[in-house]
This record gives sequence, C-alpha cells and structure tokens, in this order.
Amino acid sequence: MTDNSNTVQAERARSRIAMAWDSDVAHSFRRSPVALLSSTVVLLLVLSAIFAPLIAPHDPFNPATLNLMNGFTPPGEANMFTGDSFLLGTDDQGRDVFSTILYGLRISLFVGFAAVALALVIGVTLGLIAGYVGGLTETIIMRVADVQLTFPAILVAMLIFGIAKGITPPEYRDQMAIWVLILAIGLSDWVQFARVVRGATLVERSKEYVQAARLIGRSSFAIMLRHILPNVLSPVLVIATISLALAIIAEATLSFLGVGAPPTEPSLGTLIRIGQGFLFSGEWWILFFPALTLLALALSVNLLGDWLRDALNPRLR
Amino acid sequence: MSLLEIENLTVEFPTRRKTFVAVKDAHLTVEPGQIHGLVGESGAGKSTIGAAVMGLLERPGRIAGGLIRFRGEEISGLDAEAMQALRGKKISMIFQDPLTSLNPLFTVKQQLVETIRAHLDLSEDAAETRAVELIERVGIPNPQERVNQYPHQFSGGMRQRVVIALALCSEPDVIIADEPTTALDVSIQAQILDLIKELARERQVGVILITHDMGVIADTTDKVTVMYQGEVVESGATADVLGRPQHPYTKSLIAAVPRPTIKLARFPLISYGGRVTEFHIEDLARSWPTDASERGKPLIEADGITKTFLSKGAILPSRRQYFTAVDQARFEIRQGEVFGLVGESGSGKSTIARMIAGLYPVDGGAVRYRGQDVTAGKSGVPDWYRREIQMIFQDPYSSLNPRMRVDSIVAEPARHHGILSGPALKARVDELLDRVGLGAEAGLKYPHEFSGGQRQRISIARALATQPKFLICDEPTSALDVSIQAQILNILKDLQEHLNLTMLFISHDLPVVRQMCDRVGVMKDGQLVEVAETETLFSAPQHPYTQHLLSLMPRLDGLSNEGLNVA
Repeated sequence: MTDNSNTVQAERARSRIAMAWDSDVAHSFRRSPVALLSSTVVLLLVLSAIFAPLIAPHDPFNPATLNLMNGFTPPGEANMFTGDSFLLGTDDQGRDVFSTILYGLRISLFVGFAAVALALVIGVTLGLIAGYVGGLTETIIMRVADVQLTFPAILVAMLIFGIAKGITPPEYRDQMAIWVLILAIGLSDWVQFARVVRGATLVERSKEYVQAARLIGRSSFAIMLRHILPNVLSPVLVIATISLALAIIAEATLSFLGVGAPPTEPSLGTLIRIGQGFLFSGEWWILFFPALTLLALALSVNLLGDWLRDALNPRLR
Repeated sequence: MSLLEIENLTVEFPTRRKTFVAVKDAHLTVEPGQIHGLVGESGAGKSTIGAAVMGLLERPGRIAGGLIRFRGEEISGLDAEAMQALRGKKISMIFQDPLTSLNPLFTVKQQLVETIRAHLDLSEDAAETRAVELIERVGIPNPQERVNQYPHQFSGGMRQRVVIALALCSEPDVIIADEPTTALDVSIQAQILDLIKELARERQVGVILITHDMGVIADTTDKVTVMYQGEVVESGATADVLGRPQHPYTKSLIAAVPRPTIKLARFPLISYGGRVTEFHIEDLARSWPTDASERGKPLIEADGITKTFLSKGAILPSRRQYFTAVDQARFEIRQGEVFGLVGESGSGKSTIARMIAGLYPVDGGAVRYRGQDVTAGKSGVPDWYRREIQMIFQDPYSSLNPRMRVDSIVAEPARHHGILSGPALKARVDELLDRVGLGAEAGLKYPHEFSGGQRQRISIARALATQPKFLICDEPTSALDVSIQAQILNILKDLQEHLNLTMLFISHDLPVVRQMCDRVGVMKDGQLVEVAETETLFSAPQHPYTQHLLSLMPRLDGLSNEGLNVA
C-alpha cells in the first residue's frame, strides 16, 4: 500500500515536471526570443556575480595586489611601465575594471534582491491584512501607502540614509552603508506590492473556499497564510521582477550621488561615479563598462518582468 | 425553402496540442414564426452553433465543413464585411447577461435609435418614434419616460426586455437567443419567454432558443434539437422528442430532470456515455455515530433571526442607511429531516444559511442548536458547534482552494478540530474520497483536474470529514448540468437516509426542492412567508406569494416518465 502510493507520488512528481515543461507559460517562454535572451543575460550576470572570486583575475580590494603603476591602462593594451595587460583596462589606482565590475555586480544584485525581498514582505503582509480585515485597518494602511507615494522613492531613501548616518558611529558607517541602502530602497518600494495584493485579496476573500475555511473556524491568520496568500502570488512575482530592476537602478542612483555603497566596497553605481571623473580626460573605459553592465542587467530584468506579466495574463494570450 | 438551414456543420478549435471539434455534422432548420430549441449540457456545442450562424466564432474557432443557408443563400462562406451587413440586420442575437449587452453610458433611446438608423433608412424623429414603439411592444410601462433612462435604472428583467427591443430594431428574420433567461428569476423568466413566443408568432421571426433547461424547452419551443458532445443526437417536434425520446442520451437526460409533480425515491443514473460513477454512502454508516431515537426533535431553532447590512455608510451613525436582508425569521429544523428554503434571488435564503453557519453574526434573535444558544458568544459560534455542522457551497469552481491538494482540502476540517491526525486522518480522507465515487488516488491531485460534478463530490467529502450532524446545502446543484445534478442529489439523499444527517437545503428550483425536502419555508424580501410540509405546500399553498411561485413552475407534463423510480 505504502509502496504503491509512493510510486504514485513519484509518478505524479515526474508528470508535474513534464506538466511544467508543457505548460502555457513554459511554452511562451520557449517561443519568446526576448525572454530567452534576457533570461540568458540575467543568468550570466548573476552567476558571474556569485562566482566573482573564482572568475575575477585580480582581487581589487586587496591593496597588496595592486600596483599604482598599472593605473589608467586602456582595455586590452599592455601597461607602458609594467607590461601587464587588462581585459577592460584599469582605473586610477591600477584596479582591474573587469574585476571591480564583477565585485560591484555582487553588491548591486545583493542590494537589489534584499531590498525587493524587504519590500515584498512588508507590502504583501500589509496588503493581505488590508484586503482581508478591511474597515479602519484597511483605510489606515492604504492611506499610509498613498502618502508614501507622494514622496519620490529617492527622497525617502536619502532621508533614511541621512538619519542612519546621523545615528551610526563613523567607524561603522561603511559597514552599515549596504544595509541602510537595502532598508532605504525596501521601505520606499512596498506600496506597489501592498496595492496589488490588497486588490487580489479582495477578490479571493469573497470566494467560497475562504467561507469554507471560516466555517470550520480557522483563524484569520491561518486563512490569510494558508488559503489566500498562495492564490495572490502570481501578480506579486511580476511586480517583484520589475521592482528588482528598479531597485538596482535606485541603488546605482544613490551610490552615484555618493549616499550609497562606499568606494571601499563599490557597487556598479559607485564605479560609475568614480568613472565619470575621468570621462573627459580620455579614460572612458572606467565609466563605460560598469555603465554597460548596469544597463544590460536592468534592461534584461525589466524585459523579463514584462514578458512574465504578459505570459501570466490569460487575456493577452 | 426554410428560413435558415444548417447542414453538416462542423466547427473546430485548433489549439497547440490538439484540434477540438466543438460541433460535428450538425443539422438544423428554422421556419418563419417557429421557435427551435437547442438543448444540451455544457460543452455540447449549442452556443457554438449560434456563434457560427452569427459569424461570431471566437478565435481560433473556424467552420471546418458544412453549410449555413439563409433563405436559400449560403452565408457560411461570406467574408467579414458581407457578414456584418447580414448580422444584426437579418439575424440578430439576444445574450444571456442583459447587463453587459447594453452600453451603460448611453440612454436606452440613444442605443435604440443608433441601431435602428444603422439598419433602416429612417430620419432621427421617425427612429425615435419607433424606439418608443419597440419599448412599448416589449412590455415596458411608461415607454415615453423610460426610454430616456440609462440601463442601470432598469431591473434585470426590464433590461432583458430592452435587449430584446434592441434585437428587434432591424426587423430581423432570425433571432438567436442564447440562454436568454438563465440569469433571471423564475417569475421574470416566464414573462420573457412569453414575450419571445408572442413576437415570433406576430412578426413571423424564426427563433433559435439555446438553453440547458428542459422546462424552457417544454414550455416555449415548437421543435427541439438535442445535442451531446458536439453532435446532434435527436431532433423533432418538441412534444414528440420530450414525450417519446428515441435516443438513449435523450432518454437519460429527460429522466434526470426533476419533476414538480412526481416525487422520486432516487434519480435514475445517467447511463449514456459511460458516465455512471458509483458511490457508496451506505458504507460510511458503519463507522458513523448515528442516533435515530432523537429523530423528529428540533435540532436547529431559528428564533426571530434578523440581519441588516449597511447600504449607505456615513460617519454620523444617524445618517447611515441599512437594508434588512432577513427580518425576524422563525423556524425549526427537526433531526433527520431535510428542510428546504426557497425564494427568488435577494430574498435572504443564503443570509439565513450564513447566520446558522456562523459566517454572519446575527443582528437580532438567536440560533439554538439542541436548545443551546450558539449565537450568544462575542467571538462567533462555539467550536463544538462548528464540529457538528458543515456546508456545501454553490459554486464548485470557487469553493475549493486551487492551490491546495485535494487530500489536504478534505482533511482540513478534521485536522483543524483535532479530531484525527496522521494515518487515521489519511485513512478517513481516502475512505471519504472513495465513498463519494472519486477513489482514494484523487487525493493526490489538484482541484483544477476535476469537472464541476467531481468537485462538488470533493466538497461533500470535505463536509463529511468531521462526521457532522447537520449539513447546510446552499444551492448545491445550481451550477451543475442536469445529469450531474441527479447524481449529487442522490448522494445527498443517501446522506440523509444512511447517515441520518439533518439538512438545510436552499434552492430557487422548486422541482428540486420537491424531490429533496421534507418541509419547506418560502422566503420573500427577507420574510419567511410560509412554512409547511413539502407535499402540503405543493398541493395546497396558503400564502399568495407561494401560489404565485408555484404557478410559474414549469409543469413538465409532456416529459416521458420512462425509467423513473417513483416514491
């Protein structure tokens, strides 16, 4: 009996993979050149960020390996003093641009993912509560969301950054910078999640399966978590993807303005800020390659999000 | 030469995986002044035929073979432009939902005048006069005034009259009515059908009436075509087909229709197309704690329960407006009986069910279970009471969580109440799924893998998991096809008979109520107007509203009684 049900289960697990492969979303993915290309780019960038220590030819943050003589080496050319050559050139301190991009990508992606995760948790929780509980609770949550929307995200982020800077001791400031970035971006991004989840929750809550759960006396918390949450997740997935691109850009913007990742732990935005000082003196590569990477990353994630939105919307199929 | 002829019509919907044949080799002819019924269960292809005639097949559907002739002229091969000239002008359509087929931003007059002038060569003034005439013809009082109103100012039945007026604007020769009364209450349904009958005679219009309702077919149509899975199985004069069905499918379909006049012991099983599903409720009785000695004593007492809803909110309590959904309803449900509640939509039947189930708090009065007030507590009904009651919902597509596996859905009530856990719970779930005819392996699937009828069985299995004493059925079969309805009603009858369950059975369908219930309460506008034994109520109704409802009930006298198991 147990053996039998185990094989049945294994069979169903296998057929589930086959079903996923054969599903309409997977089908549309295979047939969309945009989705294939952008997911390849994203995957490539994420993997190279994760394996940066293995891929990077130099460790740009170990001063012992740096040679100031290598500064301003153009991409692909040999340095006139040391004879070393670098794929994407070096910056003013002789750091390999390719390696700094890989490490910068790590910071950018980490901040992006963490900020979206924070925004998602806050937004989905508040959206669920607003939609399910209703009444005064809903009014308060949604009005707070409205107020939040009247401030540009960058402004909120700079405000949080300023406060954090004021209350943290100077010696921890560089270490705290990344976490403050995550907090700043996450807190300014939750509104969209809350709005979409609230709308979807209102729809689900009126369905009879929710009544059935209330009938047997399940608590509001259990109903929200077990019954409603799994059914409102597909729009959340779309927003999370698009928010990821926005969060990466927001991080770059803040870092570019000098309120983000410190130069000792540069993100793509910090690299762009460093690079822009040399743009007009001929060392274009210090700005160009980090900017290109940022563009490719943000664009691919965004296109992926757009495709996902269309693929999950049955009306557009 | 017939008005409309359909010959060997085949309609296909090619999809990525396979080509779905929605209609196969269908034949149909419509004569002037005749109403031709097209009947079948969901997925039979009836609406597809209507859409094909109108040239309104949804992509990727296409006519793969056969001919459609209008007055002897082939129209199935016409291009979009030529079809548009014909559509609306010579052939027009009445849809199911009167709300979405009218534009909410224009007055009725504007919509009528626009349509009239698009088809007939009339001046603005002449078109307006005609619009008023049409509104008067379809039986809307005060046509001069009402014609200037917007669709939302009309009730559902009046709106459907406007839609009919709109379909008449172009003086069409053929009208296709696709489930024109399904969204309407019985009393309004009868009026709309009478109107369609009159208009067909008076204007010599040929009507194709698409419906799933045998009562509508019996009362309205001259000829009928029965469809099953895309194929025409039987066609002929309505009286012949219903009275002496030849095809086994037609026979089983007619046998499954609940009769208002005869009470059946059980519904005959649909024996066509291998769709018989065995279920064995009686096997559950062995492990079911039953106590027949209490039979006949009151189990539930509704003591003047009242529910009001806020209809207009305001900050000042004195300016708020309330709507009374249920006004001091007083009745009792005795142990072992099925108590029916009937009434039109909005009469408060479901609100009563929800108050008894503890989903809505009562605003006045009390619900007593075995003499104990269960609605007195601040935080809803007590847990011991929740264990004793369960509910089966109307819509099998929304009553099961699509993201939960069937075994967890069925297990949830018992697990929540801590009645069973581990292997014992699994054994209970497997047994229940098996007894309702799905088999234990159904537990490993998700709800979307099941049909409507199968989902309703899952709902029943879930309701039985805590071994309740009292079951609330809120329109349990109104979303189902008639053959599936027969099976579900049989299961419910078994629950009462073998497990001694007490039930509150809510329905708007009087014949179904007659088959299922021991006693019936009639609701009107939140008031319980009459409570009586079912047989007494149907033979000698006391309240005028009950008499009115019963007079609207289709008699179905012409239906064959072959294969019926009369009680």
